[in-house]
Amino acid sequence: MGPGETEITLTINGKATKVKVETRTTLLDACRERLEITGAKRVCDRGTCGACTMIVNGKTVYGCTTLAVDNVGKKIETIENLTAGAKPHPIVPAFSNNDALQCGYCTPGMVMASKGLLDRTPNPTYDQVKAGLGGNLCRCGTYVGIRKAVLEAAKELRASGGRKSGGSNA
Amino acid sequence: MNAFEYASPATLKEALGLLGNSWSDAAVLAGGTDLLSLMKDHIAEPKRVVNIKGIKELGGITKSGGGLRIGANATVDELMESAAVRAEYPSLVAAARGIDSPQVRNMGTVVGDLCQRPRCWYYRNGFGLLAMKGGKSLVESGQNEFHSIFSSGPAKFVSASSFGPALIALGAKVKIASASGSREVAVADFFKAPTGDGDREIDLKPNEIVTEIVVPAAKGAKNATYEVRNKEGLDWPLATASVVLTMKGANVATAKIVLGHVGPTPVVAADAASSLAGKAINEETATAAGKAAVAGAKPLSDNGYKVQLAAVAVKRALLAAAGKA
Repeated sequence: MGPGETEITLTINGKATKVKVETRTTLLDACRERLEITGAKRVCDRGTCGACTMIVNGKTVYGCTTLAVDNVGKKIETIENLTAGAKPHPIVPAFSNNDALQCGYCTPGMVMASKGLLDRTPNPTYDQVKAGLGGNLCRCGTYVGIRKAVLEAAKELRASGGRKSGGSNA
Repeated sequence: MNAFEYASPATLKEALGLLGNSWSDAAVLAGGTDLLSLMKDHIAEPKRVVNIKGIKELGGITKSGGGLRIGANATVDELMESAAVRAEYPSLVAAARGIDSPQVRNMGTVVGDLCQRPRCWYYRNGFGLLAMKGGKSLVESGQNEFHSIFSSGPAKFVSASSFGPALIALGAKVKIASASGSREVAVADFFKAPTGDGDREIDLKPNEIVTEIVVPAAKGAKNATYEVRNKEGLDWPLATASVVLTMKGANVATAKIVLGHVGPTPVVAADAASSLAGKAINEETATAAGKAAVAGAKPLSDNGYKVQLAAVAVKRALLAAAGKA
């Protein structure tokens, strides 16, 4: 297909959505510029900073470094899904409880990287949290608060029986 | 990024038919963690992108003849989680862990790690692979703190591969397919120091795909990788060493030592390795082997510190392999 525009269907946060993209459009740009799903941020755009982190088929990825056309038929989860249910995913209040952000630009990516980590490692040690967020940068240096938030959310998730997501649909 | 035609073939044969004879004809997409950045920066400008992720025969990590077969689509994460890898190849697990971003491990492939382009900032900013201007090396006269300390030719970048040194030490091979057949190359010969700007740093042609890595059985050989890093979190190491030891009692029977991120290819330290034969691994012998491994280093103006880091990496990898770290 391509190089011109093609209509594809992406399944984002449980919803199948038709979108016209070029083959060179990244998943991040398809979300942000075509679908107004703007939670994931475009910062380095080179798969380094992590601000665009999403979860695809259960694993964290950099939305800026995967083509939209390469994600047809996959389950894509963005940060919007974490507040889609009646109660937000526990990682969301844990970030505010622990001052886990300053300017906020890295936050959506940090939150999704944290959720991806907790989905795979529900009871992480401090070192596992540290290593598990190795793909995300915070230039304000709020790492200590973020790690505390992840540990708090892990505790909350275990107490509530491991509910994985704010929305039920991803 | 330039516009391109996109194909997602279901078979290797189809994929090979979509490649061309020039790098600008087509690029192979697997993990994409390097390719997409190269395309955004116009370092790679393929007219067609061939996504091989849908090709089932290129997937998976399986035990094969006592060793391992790592398919082209196998991600770094799959390698790290593989029971077969964890049981016998701690040097590969350590190299995978060094790729410190879960996102990159989830997306990026082990074969892609071998095929990624150098991270030299001159190259990435469009000054060419050798970064020459008016017959002079921009690296030599410019900022070179992360560059090569083992260059005999014009290439001053360092090989970015995390798995290359470990795979060479383990005696692994890559299988390469083209429309006209397939060939096998030892990983040690897959990396080459280019001498011209049009050359590649790996033995791969535009019409070829690396289909798998074949790692021989470890047969109880002790192996380890040690990376010296500037920071935790996603970055390339400053110097690494991968070692493989076979033992006779408490002493070394054979040793292999390969350095990473210090030369345009992984650097095999054959003399340092053979000097260990018949000796026990301890602080003293490991330190001496580290020193011997960097004896031929020729640092540039700002990277003399890497000589010491590489020596330390060798020492620590040896102690780790011997269970004394």
